[in-house]
Amino acid sequence: MKRILRVIAGLLIVGAIAFWVATGENRGWTKTHVPKKTVDETTGLEGIQWQDKFVPGVDFLGAALLGAGVLAGISFFIPLKPKQPKIETEQ
Amino acid sequence: MKTKIAILALIGVTGIAFAAPQTFDFKDPKGINNAGFKLDAPLEAINGSASGISGTVTFDPENPGASKGKIIVVTASLMLPNPMQKQHMLSDKWLDATKFPEITFESKEFKNVQTSGDTSTADVTGTFTLKGVSKEITVPVKLTYLKNKLGDRVPNQKGDLLVIRASFTIKRSDFNINPGQFEDKVSDTIELTLSIAGASPK
Repeated sequence: MKRILRVIAGLLIVGAIAFWVATGENRGWTKTHVPKKTVDETTGLEGIQWQDKFVPGVDFLGAALLGAGVLAGISFFIPLKPKQPKIETEQ
Repeated sequence: MKTKIAILALIGVTGIAFAAPQTFDFKDPKGINNAGFKLDAPLEAINGSASGISGTVTFDPENPGASKGKIIVVTASLMLPNPMQKQHMLSDKWLDATKFPEITFESKEFKNVQTSGDTSTADVTGTFTLKGVSKEITVPVKLTYLKNKLGDRVPNQKGDLLVIRASFTIKRSDFNINPGQFEDKVSDTIELTLSIAGASPK
């Protein structure tokens, strides 16, 4: 159990960093909408259309690190499984 | 002789009709009209826009300085990329969108009008109302009159377009938006841009 929690914590950190890098390394806040600029040919005006898109930011990384820290922390409070004494069989 | 007078009178009436001020409606069926806003903040600038724009402007192509009108922005249409920031912005702690559902600008006077072709620039003094506080401000605007261009934008409709562009700044403290507070997190100065087109069908 101890090991499982630490593995999950490690995977959480690696996964969160990989996702953050893959989505463009946004160093601002997490976004759930991104603006898309469109130009109206007749007037030359630049319009903004908001599109649904999840872009993780530094708060996302922080939350993942905190979660991983909590999991790793819990693992330290789990006692080691006592070793079972070996039962030797007489031949 | 009578025929000549009649023709001259007709030309005169037609001329007056063409020179008459036109009313442009800024409710945009294409959803292009927008008002942008930007505030500096430590991690990244808060950049958003509003789409709920309406209002009317009376514009005379022969006399742009005589223009007048009112532009309305629905407070709830203000949009930010971060949902928590948006929720805070519209809450009673900041803009209180429920109590103050509209942000408006009503022009009073056009000054320093300069016209070149279909484009005019001017300093427009008017009343800006935000969060229930009204203040007189002067905004530099650019007006572009696009004659008979409505059909290019809205099929099967004849008429003219009026494009208005403006960039200006206000202070949130002037409009009772947490004056003197959170200035380390959100700047007092708000940069505003307006990019809108109005239609005058014939």
